Amino acid sequence: MSAADTKAVGPPVPVPPDPQPTGKSSADDSTPRAQKRKWKKGELLPYFLILPAIVAIAAVYLYPLSKTVIMSFQDMGRRELWSGEPAPWVGFEQFTNILGDSEFWWVTFRTVAFMAICVVLTMGIGLLVALLMRKLSTWVRLVLTVALIAAWSMPLMVAASIFRFMADSDYGLINTLVAKVVGEDWLGHNWYVNPVQGFGIITLLVVWGAIPFVVVTLYAALTQVPQELEEAAALDGASAYGIYKFVTWPVIKPVFTMVATLSVIWDFNVFGQIWLLRGNKPEPEYETLGLYSYSKAFESTSFSQGSAIALITVLLLSGVAVYYLRQLMKTGEVE
Amino acid sequence: MSSTTETQALRPDRKKSRLHLDIIGLGIAAVMIFPVYWLVISALRPNREIRSYDQTLWPSSITFDNFERAINQPNFATAIQSSLIVAVTAVVGGMIIATLAALAIGRFRFFGRKPLLLIMILVQMLPPTAMLIPIYAQLNAMGGIDEYWGLIVVYLVSTLPFATIMIRGFVVNIPVELEESAMVDGCTRFQAFRKVIFPLLAPGLAAASIFALVNAWNEYLFAYILINDNSKYTLNVWLMTFTTERGTDYGALMAASTMIALPVVIFFMIIQKKMAAGLTSGAVKG
Repeated sequence: MSAADTKAVGPPVPVPPDPQPTGKSSADDSTPRAQKRKWKKGELLPYFLILPAIVAIAAVYLYPLSKTVIMSFQDMGRRELWSGEPAPWVGFEQFTNILGDSEFWWVTFRTVAFMAICVVLTMGIGLLVALLMRKLSTWVRLVLTVALIAAWSMPLMVAASIFRFMADSDYGLINTLVAKVVGEDWLGHNWYVNPVQGFGIITLLVVWGAIPFVVVTLYAALTQVPQELEEAAALDGASAYGIYKFVTWPVIKPVFTMVATLSVIWDFNVFGQIWLLRGNKPEPEYETLGLYSYSKAFESTSFSQGSAIALITVLLLSGVAVYYLRQLMKTGEVE
Repeated sequence: MSSTTETQALRPDRKKSRLHLDIIGLGIAAVMIFPVYWLVISALRPNREIRSYDQTLWPSSITFDNFERAINQPNFATAIQSSLIVAVTAVVGGMIIATLAALAIGRFRFFGRKPLLLIMILVQMLPPTAMLIPIYAQLNAMGGIDEYWGLIVVYLVSTLPFATIMIRGFVVNIPVELEESAMVDGCTRFQAFRKVIFPLLAPGLAAASIFALVNAWNEYLFAYILINDNSKYTLNVWLMTFTTERGTDYGALMAASTMIALPVVIFFMIIQKKMAAGLTSGAVKG
């Protein structure tokens, strides 16, 4: 962290873990920059190099996004989709319809509440486990790392299948275990009749799946905390919490907020987990904004309504995305 | 183990508390790995135990019947084929485009470089469900529904920003002098790239491509919406065929899931160190 430190502006904070995994430490930070200027200005080569990337991103992200905006001001249904007829313009009608629909507000509330619970649990448990990892014996840490990676590497659909099996009303392990503790009447219990219980299972799946990423990232950040500082603080009689608050937290805070922001975005968009746990036919009370938009578009075949809902989702999330970008820039990731 | 400055007096106390922490650590490890254990154990368990109201934590005997049923499930072979075709093509294409872009961003200062980087990070924030409808409508208009290429394009681009940013990290670590001296020695710029830069870039490319492969291999939403033809289902979508009106064949589902997860687990084991570094550096979508 020698050369990088000089670059950090302000307090001796957050040098996020080495961005260049090769570890081939290049010389001084200023040299490559000076060398870059040697390339002739106005050269066309870089533009040829980025052209394919720009075309691809424009085709799959930017064009569809503008299309979403256009579609949300039209009334595009199945007929227009298949015949290619131009869809009629309806102005803000889709939006006024959606915003005037109490169901939309329920779905939004459900999405936000579900996201908040998942993020708080994921980040809380993740931080505690990451802190714990530093205090473990080497072999225990290794065992824990293997367990985390095993959980992390489960494909989403596989993980959803496992949890569906564990929470199955007839053959589920959860019911067997609860029955052993609480009583026989839990055998055959259907967790999805009550959406609160159903979302409990979904939350378990989401949090379990997200914790490895959070722990590994935060643990990487924690390795940047200078141990001498913590030990000096301990010798000076600081409490464990005091050390954490004044020494550890400031260092990991940028990474923590970044991971938390990402979690907000991901948990807001949970789709596959709910989809599969509900056997590809989520009931209306299991719809989050993503599923709601999907069912409006593909089941009610109002592509415009679906688009409008998707657009509202993007707008809701854009605040978080901007915050995330600012964090990235602040920590110098994007120069 | 931390350092020598630690005083002797602190040691016994620490050892004792470390034992407690170790036990907690092992407990967490057990909880985290349990669903994976349950997957494997259920895949190997005889069907009468799977279809039982009284689940036990250990199987009474081990059988491969579930795997046999999973393999004999219609479209197993075509699903593997679809997943491989789509994922591999998307990754190869994505890596070529990403390497070009990473070279441009890492080696040149040109107008629009920072906005490009920003857009790359920004597009990853877009919810996939928001892109679903227009992409579906567009592919439908172009005849790309039920075709591999539609899915390939979507996967290729969705891994592009991450791969570009990751490879760029490797590019900036290669001293420009290497390239320049090769060119002074008579190499063309392309030769300099092929003979000098590319070999140094290889580990970064490998990490980024495996990462992209895992992403494409795991994708579900677009595969489900864009492909309706049973014989073109990817593995994740094929998993649904174990659930019928009459219920779910959990034994076969768990066996199939194990088979799908296995290559991913192996990949993760290989790349996890690099991946953690890549994730913390770019902090890009995983």
